[in-house]
Amino acid sequence: MNNTSAIELRNVTRQFLSPDGKALTALRDFSMTVARGEFAAVVGPTGCGKSTTLNLVTGLFKPSAGEVRVMGEPVNGIDRRIGFVFQTDALFPWRNVIDNVVAGPIFRGMAKAHAYAEARDWLARVGLSKFEKLHPHQLSGGMRKRAALAQTFINKPEILLMDEPFSALDVQTRAVMHTELLKLWSENRASVVFVTHDLEEAIALADKVYVLTAGPATVKSVYDIKLPRPRNVADIRYDKNFIDISKQIWNDLKSEVQEAQARQTRAA
Amino acid sequence: MTSISPTFDATSAEALEAKAKAANTGYWRKVYFWRISLLVLFLGSWELAARTEVIDPFRYAMPSTIWARLVEWITEGTSEGPLWYHLWVTMEESLLGFFSGSIIGVIAGIALGRNKMAADIFALYIQLINSIPRVVLAPIFTVIFGLGLMSKVALSFVMVFFVVFANAFQGVREADKAMIANARILGASESQLTRSVIIPSALSWIFASLHVSFGFAIIGAIVGEFVGARYGIGLLISIAKGSFDAAGMFAAILIVMVVALIAEYLMTYIEGRFASWKPPVSQDVA
Ligand SMILES: Nc1ncnc2c1ncn2[C@@H]1O[C@H](COP(=O)(O)OP(=O)(O)OP(=O)(O)O)[C@@H](O)[C@H]1O
Ligand SMILES: [Mg+2]
Repeated sequence: MNNTSAIELRNVTRQFLSPDGKALTALRDFSMTVARGEFAAVVGPTGCGKSTTLNLVTGLFKPSAGEVRVMGEPVNGIDRRIGFVFQTDALFPWRNVIDNVVAGPIFRGMAKAHAYAEARDWLARVGLSKFEKLHPHQLSGGMRKRAALAQTFINKPEILLMDEPFSALDVQTRAVMHTELLKLWSENRASVVFVTHDLEEAIALADKVYVLTAGPATVKSVYDIKLPRPRNVADIRYDKNFIDISKQIWNDLKSEVQEAQARQTRAA
Repeated sequence: MTSISPTFDATSAEALEAKAKAANTGYWRKVYFWRISLLVLFLGSWELAARTEVIDPFRYAMPSTIWARLVEWITEGTSEGPLWYHLWVTMEESLLGFFSGSIIGVIAGIALGRNKMAADIFALYIQLINSIPRVVLAPIFTVIFGLGLMSKVALSFVMVFFVVFANAFQGVREADKAMIANARILGASESQLTRSVIIPSALSWIFASLHVSFGFAIIGAIVGEFVGARYGIGLLISIAKGSFDAAGMFAAILIVMVVALIAEYLMTYIEGRFASWKPPVSQDVA
């Protein structure tokens, strides 16, 4: 084992050109380090640049300035060690559940029989064994998310990027998904970056919480979450330490959220 | 705690299903009744108006003479030879035009949809050619390819190609960005991406265009036959026109209608087999 960090963004700036040709800065002088096996959560107001950060790590976007490193090497194209759970539904609607789950291994050249055996195994772990022949539109939102998790986890990513994966789910389903996610993570020990709007979700899951400023995003502050593991995600929000930390972080985040909202009303 | 009898739910579900089914058959019975009534009314008043000479039976013909002409063509053949041969020639031209046009249309649409530079280069020329009303090409094709099969296939081809091309192109452009990113990160190469994501998501667009374009293929073949041919349904119409045989023209049109309808049903069937994942329209049981 070497001790380079899993993900490293060094003074990254990313700009976009708007359709009318004006430059828009999404990230400015952004630095962040995620150690191997670490669970990092990123919170920040809407539109500040959270999805952009993840896309820089995948290699789908390139930084305008600065450097992005994955496992100690500069990012060059799409890295096979990365898994990504999308904010929106990204299952293939014309494939049934199991054909969605085998997509990754088969793209990567695994033999069919082997890939399907692994897919069955993953479907069992996320509790979808009985539904392998159904198509995504026949599943509930929570089942679709579990299928998406299986689709990503089957590639055994060393780095797992999640973009508000559970924001569309109801509170109960979300709690179930949190428990499942932590279980899968403790088995695989991937390095995770978990983007969310929900501060409590971030604290309950992560080792570190990054608070971003209203766009252009920079890291405003980083908090170490020292709550013991394994965590019971459903009950932890009533824990005294949890409440203290969330008050502290919320004070920090509040001003950024207000700033972002003020800008939106000004723009409208 | 009182326990709720489980049979209660079961009967109510069955009752609901039975009621929905009854309402459904009742509805369709009405639809069929009105469909048939309208047809009978239309044909009846046509026949009546022609017989009583409210409309000129010479120019408008009437259902009974059209039917008689159809029977004559089927049993004795036309003045130009057996009906089946003419039908076969028109079908051959249409099918060749349809398959060549749609296959090349799909390939071109996907290729340009995947390549922005090529799309921008060709866009102008495609727009230019597309703005020509297709049927005016018929005389040109007759001059270039002669009176035989090729000139009709060529016209059918251009009628089909542009519709299918435009739809395949649009389908590729509409492919969901998140889905493409997902496939890339899961490990898809460019060709795997095209095969497993781009083409399946463009398929519903392509099928929509295939639906209308078989009709266009037939139009192409028949217009081509008008302009100059030795065989075909278009030739029959042209000859009937020359001899003021209104019944013959309508009989030929009827044949084309039947063929186009059969093709339409076939296409719906094939589409149903391919796109089996599509969410069905749920029934409102209220
Ligand atoms: N492809 C793009 N082209 C142009 N501008 C973009 C693009 N992607 C993002 N942006 C801009 O960059 C900024 C940050 O976007 P980003 O999607 O990273 O926000 P976010 O923090 O993920 O927001 P949310 O929480 O609502 O998902 C926004 O102002 C957005 O308009
Ligand atoms: Mg986002």
